[in-house]
Amino acid sequence: MVDVAFQPNSVAPARSTRKRASLRVALKRKSTAAFLMTLPLILLVGILVVYPAFYSLHLATLNKSMQRFVGFGNFEFLFKRETFWLVVKQSCIFALSAVFFKALIGFVVAHLVHNVPAKGQRKWRGMLLVPWVIPPAMSTLAWLWLFDPSYSAFNYTLAFFGIGPISWLGEPNWARFSVILVNVWFGAPFFMIMYLASLKSVPEQLYEAAAIDGANWWQRIWYVTLPMMRNIIAITTLFSLIVTFANFDITRILTAGGPLDHTHIFATWAFRVGIEGSDLPLGASVSLFMVPILAIAAVFILRDINKRGNEA
Amino acid sequence: MASTLVIDKAAPTRTVKYGSMSRDRTWALRWSYFFLTLFAIFSLVPPIYMLITSLKSSAEISAATNPWWVFHPTLANYVQLLTSNQFLTFFRNSALVSILVVTITMLISVPAAFALARMRFWGSATLATGVFLTYLIPDTLLFLPLFKMFAVFGDWTGIHLIGKWYVLVIVYPTLTVPFCTWIMIGYFASIPKELDEAAIIDGASWFQTLTRIFIPVAMPGLIAATIFAFTVSWAQYLYPLVFTTATDQLVLPVGIITTLIKGDVFNWGQIMTGALLGAAPPLIIYAFLMDYYIAGLTAGATKG
Amino acid sequence: MADVTLRKVVKRYDDVEAVRGIDLDIADHEFVVLVGPSGCGKSTTLRMIAGLEDITDGDIMIGGDVVNDVPPKDRDIAMVFQNYALYPHMTVAENMSFGLRLKHYPKAEIKTRIDEAARMLDIVELVDRKPKQLSGGQRQRVAMGRAIVRNPKVFLFDEPLSNLDAKLRVQMRIEIKKVHQKVRTTTVYVTHDQVEAMTLADRVVVMNKGRIEQIGTPNDLYHHPATRFVAGFIGSPAMNFLPCRLEETSGQLHVRLTDRIAFALPPARAAHYQSVARNEKLLLGLRPEHIAEAKAHPEPGVEPFDAVLDVTEPMGMETFVYFTLEGTQVCGRVSPNAGARATGPLRLAVDLNNMHLLNEGTGAVI
Repeated sequence: MVDVAFQPNSVAPARSTRKRASLRVALKRKSTAAFLMTLPLILLVGILVVYPAFYSLHLATLNKSMQRFVGFGNFEFLFKRETFWLVVKQSCIFALSAVFFKALIGFVVAHLVHNVPAKGQRKWRGMLLVPWVIPPAMSTLAWLWLFDPSYSAFNYTLAFFGIGPISWLGEPNWARFSVILVNVWFGAPFFMIMYLASLKSVPEQLYEAAAIDGANWWQRIWYVTLPMMRNIIAITTLFSLIVTFANFDITRILTAGGPLDHTHIFATWAFRVGIEGSDLPLGASVSLFMVPILAIAAVFILRDINKRGNEA
Repeated sequence: MASTLVIDKAAPTRTVKYGSMSRDRTWALRWSYFFLTLFAIFSLVPPIYMLITSLKSSAEISAATNPWWVFHPTLANYVQLLTSNQFLTFFRNSALVSILVVTITMLISVPAAFALARMRFWGSATLATGVFLTYLIPDTLLFLPLFKMFAVFGDWTGIHLIGKWYVLVIVYPTLTVPFCTWIMIGYFASIPKELDEAAIIDGASWFQTLTRIFIPVAMPGLIAATIFAFTVSWAQYLYPLVFTTATDQLVLPVGIITTLIKGDVFNWGQIMTGALLGAAPPLIIYAFLMDYYIAGLTAGATKG
Repeated sequence: MADVTLRKVVKRYDDVEAVRGIDLDIADHEFVVLVGPSGCGKSTTLRMIAGLEDITDGDIMIGGDVVNDVPPKDRDIAMVFQNYALYPHMTVAENMSFGLRLKHYPKAEIKTRIDEAARMLDIVELVDRKPKQLSGGQRQRVAMGRAIVRNPKVFLFDEPLSNLDAKLRVQMRIEIKKVHQKVRTTTVYVTHDQVEAMTLADRVVVMNKGRIEQIGTPNDLYHHPATRFVAGFIGSPAMNFLPCRLEETSGQLHVRLTDRIAFALPPARAAHYQSVARNEKLLLGLRPEHIAEAKAHPEPGVEPFDAVLDVTEPMGMETFVYFTLEGTQVCGRVSPNAGARATGPLRLAVDLNNMHLLNEGTGAVI
């Protein structure tokens, strides 16, 4: 370096080529370091997420013993089975209604919490988030016990009002209702906490300005709150749609798909067919049906998150 | 004439409006508390019912007395479970898996997040987006191919991972690493650029910048990510159900459900006790670190 | 030896040239201020000296060594950032000593240096606090302390005062000047505030659109600007630029502003502008202080005229008056007891001894 400085001007070209070269080395070193730091992540995601995702495509084209290529055979088989169409219908009903009620309850509760004096909010928030904190497999056991055919605490209580006894998990429609109810119970707090965070980020002056402009309570929600929250509502809803659509724990523990497959959704049925029925390819074919919905939701989430990033 | 009329009207309306507004407020507040109480009851019934049942003897449960009240409270269920080797094994397996997964997750995602947030390199932006996308791939899509992959791996190498608790240590990071990396990218990106420039001028290497500046400054994010990784590993149900079967290899959620439910015999007192004990670690963390917990929850929807 | 030299330094981002070939020699102990509007390339230049940006072309030398490829930590420089960039998790002492600790200085040495810097900056009682507990001015001092303890070859300041309120800014400006007088370290200081530039610098470098417009002492730039940009940028309120022509009637040079207003040039100026083409469009540059109230016994070269004021701004020790001449707003400075009313006519006089003539097209000062 030093001897370069003392070179006369005549070697300027040589100097500049040398400079570029060492600069490239420095830049290369930095990006090599960065690449090495992300390498474990890339390997993990590549080997244990991306590869199996594509491997399941391959798996879905094999026969039960996984020795013969059957092309779309598994899918043709599924399309002919009534249970499959039942699962499709139930998955959609389950995901859509659960997400709708989660979003609705989350929105209402977030407003209620936002409404009470600030010093009490922490306490309420703390209690209302408990369902989300308990591992779903554990809390679903409590629900299972609450829905117990002979000792149901709900039926005991309802009996005082002359209602029941209700066969919560024994009758198909009640079973569907129960599964959705538990899912809403588990997922609504997530919506609540997201909405609450976004409510708090709406500047108070906007409400004051709206109030001065003569907006009533509904108009304030419609013209101020909702537009400000639109993005977070979209992200949360889409995200929840993915999680709910792919849900396994709650349905598995509560009904295991019963009665008579009337609460099976893609994930539980794929488990039943693939693991319990030892037909991995067929199970993989079932679970692949989740992909289109997941992909659509993912695309929209990504778009909204990028939009949020740009706003900030 | 017109203007005086307006003024005449305006004056009383104003005072009335002020009065009605504060009265509205009071009522709105009362209704808020009323509905909040309803929702809080809805939220807390299952865990409270767990607690109630866990304090009952089998005799009291089958006697079908008022299910909402404990007439003869007993700790027998707790004593039984906490002295049962099987249950303690579940607990140990769960703790071991969760702690290892948290460690692995942090070792992978923190350096990766730092590189993606600060050291731009070819494809880094795509990779960051890709990380988020992998987070959206659910476990229910991957458990079958993963099962087959580990089976094939066992056939090839003779290392049979399926059936051992440590297979979960390999599988769980697929659930935790993408999200933790994503939120750490966000936390790191929010650190002003001048801070690492100051560190570089002060003579810190990239590694020192990470360990001595970024990690301490982003500590809240790190705690949030750790909590997330822990709760996810602790609560995961599908993978252990698929990958482990022998009772000494089970983790808590699967262990409780498969061993305490024997055929059609439900020992509800013990099941509820087990569930409550299984729910305790996340609940305790939540009780003490609620703000970090919530920060981690909401961080996923923001970028930078 | 800690002079800084820039030779034909160029910075190109993709297809945007942020810095377009800068030559600059900064002597040892010198305090040089880079000033210009935002986007003029001054910060990029500073960051290239720091090594935070690589240079596209040219050379940067610190203490005689080419440092083009030397990483920042080996350049022996210290930098003070606009948002202070204090490490939030470290105390003031830890902030200041971070660089020394990384270089494994002995503890005693570190302590001496911190004490010395803290005393110099009057932050002795703050050394155990965290940045969060400090006010803006205190943070600024700590940021400077962090630079001082390193005892570097060069100090680099990147708009260090722009986050402070006006009063504190004046105070810290004096503080920075004091520190420099004590430690005498070569300093490169970037700001967009021409007052800061004028008050702090030994020499000011005015930059515009990636190029250097003019280098000179503050007085040089003020009294002898080379271009319209420098003339307009330095000084507040800014210099007035009035469209004019140079006329010659019977051997006497006049500068004609309007049909009605023309001023005879004093002999010294007339000699200076002898070679300028007559009747060409030119700009007359006059600072507000050279447009004052007319006196009963004017000095030579001070020419009176009548103006109709639009607005007056009483500042206390002086009053700025604004009037319109041929559609151009002109600012003058009169004494508070010159009888300037809010609006209305006032007899003013221009001091042509301090006039500038500029080429309208190129903006060059003639």
